[in-house]
Amino acid sequence: MSLVELTQIRKSFGPVEVLKDVSLKVEKGEIVAIIGRSGSGKSTLLRCINGLEQVQAGRILVAGIDVTARNADLNVLRERAGMVFQSYNLFPHLDVERNVTLALKLVKKLDREAAGKIARDVVARVGLAEKLHAYPDELSGGQQQRVAIARSLAMQPALMLFDEITSALDPELVGEVLRVLEGVAKEGMTMMLVTHEMNFAKNVADRVIFMHEGRIHEDGPAREILQTPRTAELGSFLSAVLH
Amino acid sequence: MNYNFRFEILLRYQAEILQGVLLTLQLSVLTMVFGLVIGLGVAIAAGSPSKWLSVPARFYVETIRNTPLLVQLFIVFFGLPSLGVRLSADLAAVIALSINMGAYGAEILRAGFESVRRSQIEAGRSLGLTAAQTFRHVVLFQATKAIYPALASQFVLIMLATCVVSSIGVTELFHQAAFIDSRTYRSFEAYTLITLSYLILTLAFRALFSFIYWAVFVRRPAR
Amino acid sequence: MIREFAGADVVYLLLAARWTVALALVAMLGGGLLGLVIAALRIVPFKPANWLAILYINLIQGTPLLGQLFIFFFGLPLIGIQVDAWTAAAISLSIYAAAFFGEIWRGALQSVSIRQWEAGASLGLTYGQRLFYVVLPQALRVAVAPTVGFLVQLIKNTSLTALIGFVELTRAGQIISGATFAPLRVYLVVAVVYFVICFSLSQMSRRLERKLHVAR
Ligand SMILES: Nc1ncnc2c1ncn2[C@@H]1O[C@H](COP(=O)(O)OP(=O)(O)OP(=O)(O)O)[C@@H](O)[C@H]1O
Ligand SMILES: [Mg+2]
Repeated sequence: MSLVELTQIRKSFGPVEVLKDVSLKVEKGEIVAIIGRSGSGKSTLLRCINGLEQVQAGRILVAGIDVTARNADLNVLRERAGMVFQSYNLFPHLDVERNVTLALKLVKKLDREAAGKIARDVVARVGLAEKLHAYPDELSGGQQQRVAIARSLAMQPALMLFDEITSALDPELVGEVLRVLEGVAKEGMTMMLVTHEMNFAKNVADRVIFMHEGRIHEDGPAREILQTPRTAELGSFLSAVLH
Repeated sequence: MNYNFRFEILLRYQAEILQGVLLTLQLSVLTMVFGLVIGLGVAIAAGSPSKWLSVPARFYVETIRNTPLLVQLFIVFFGLPSLGVRLSADLAAVIALSINMGAYGAEILRAGFESVRRSQIEAGRSLGLTAAQTFRHVVLFQATKAIYPALASQFVLIMLATCVVSSIGVTELFHQAAFIDSRTYRSFEAYTLITLSYLILTLAFRALFSFIYWAVFVRRPAR
Repeated sequence: MIREFAGADVVYLLLAARWTVALALVAMLGGGLLGLVIAALRIVPFKPANWLAILYINLIQGTPLLGQLFIFFFGLPLIGIQVDAWTAAAISLSIYAAAFFGEIWRGALQSVSIRQWEAGASLGLTYGQRLFYVVLPQALRVAVAPTVGFLVQLIKNTSLTALIGFVELTRAGQIISGATFAPLRVYLVVAVVYFVICFSLSQMSRRLERKLHVAR
């Protein structure tokens, strides 16, 4: 069984259909980059997988959990599928360490010491060991985003979802976050990431999905898709972002 | 419970109620106008670099905001005569309410002018507008838009607050409750009816103010 | 018998001020509890509950407190509850305060971005955990200053209970003013006592606002 399986999902906001009959399988260990124009439904797709949006039709299975079931245990799902947002969304009232340990203590029921150890570990992995006791507003955007990644990593999810996590950053801060992502990818994490960084998609992702008007328009190995687009839509999208 | 509610008796007092409504509205409008004039002076004085102006202005604002309107009213109406200043109830009411509103008006106006960002003024000046032109075309419109909601809700607050002046015998709307009570001995009905009349006034003014806001600040002039 | 306004009268006023404070405290507690309910009704995803809360808030904030006081003072006996001025005042002010607390706290809760709820959710926190560990600590920070600020309004508004005959600071002032014929001096002393109470609270609210604004 695949780690993520979407079967014919449909999602509308009011009268507007945003995802139209989307089916998709993601295997364990795969790194999938999702690209597409603004408004094509990329974020909505990730949010549906994480149960933040409810679909009108179709089925979503994540790590064996049926997200679309009426009585789905979304908290267990989210424990297994971490999500990092464009706007970091760190908890402003907690320092870095407690941002990371909060869910470890509450969800995983770890004691303070065990949670603290994991926090030190993941925060060091994103290169912020010396910022363990800083508060979010004392960190740069890039540093905040790395903490958000660490916070999600600490839960040891089976799948990580990233929604344009470098889009809000100043250009000089993008590199440090992408390097952290690359490190996470190398460790075998299954990742789905919405990104506008085509070089990153080409070099790090195994597979690229191009979304267009609520549908998966192209899907295939990263280099192949990006170098030789089969459809005119992807071709024009790529020439728009690359120039 | 064997009390018969008899709201219908009160229908006889329509004329009194209408007269009360008119006086309440007069009081509210006068208070708003005088209060804003005082408030403008106080806001300018409070922001002035001279301590001789700013300290008394702040003292005024703090004193008024931290004491009850009712006590301020009693000082004006019952207290001033011992200094030889004898005022009619109506005049005492307008004075006390205006002095009270002045302190709140000053705060609203100050916040309004602060809300217009420096960058807007700089943008105006950099286009070659004079200071006066910038004030008139850039600052004034934005500041008015910023303070309008506060002024609108302040008007309703004043209208509700005016009822305390019934205690010195001003025959505004709330006073009519005591009058009707004294004629009918129907205290509960009288006070309920009058209190609900204020609700109607409040809702009507809120609707009016939203409409004005829409017409002035939201609607784009037709091309 | 007309006498001089003397030191004993100041003491009498100060003793009466205890009732002002007591009334405000009762309204703060009663109004606080009811205010929590109003805030909850206002935000739960159930339309009729929202409407009920909005109706309550509009009724209370759209009518004069003085009218509400008289309605309770005259109305409670009609439904068989004999009340003195103190009880009518305490009930009425609690109901009044609840509308304001409800709105202040709802605003504070809603000032916390929806993204914070989502971030909590994406970590697997339950609804309750998100509320208690993520949203409430942030909302509390926003709510503290306006809550203390409203207490100033509450203290000032207790003066209206003088008009239904409850002997608090303002009513005590009326009584002494009648006995001494020194209204100016009496009401100035009354005003000073209010000022001391309210100004301390105002300053506290301001300090809290500044402190919670910079701190996390
Ligand atoms: N909560 C919502 N309510 C109504 N419409 C929504 C909502 N969220 C998204 N949409 C609409 O759904 C469509 C897809 O949005 P989505 O955010 O998934 O696009 P996206 O591909 O992530 O775009 P971007 O690159 O700009 O982030 C858009 O037309 C958007 O306006
Ligand atoms: Mg998006």
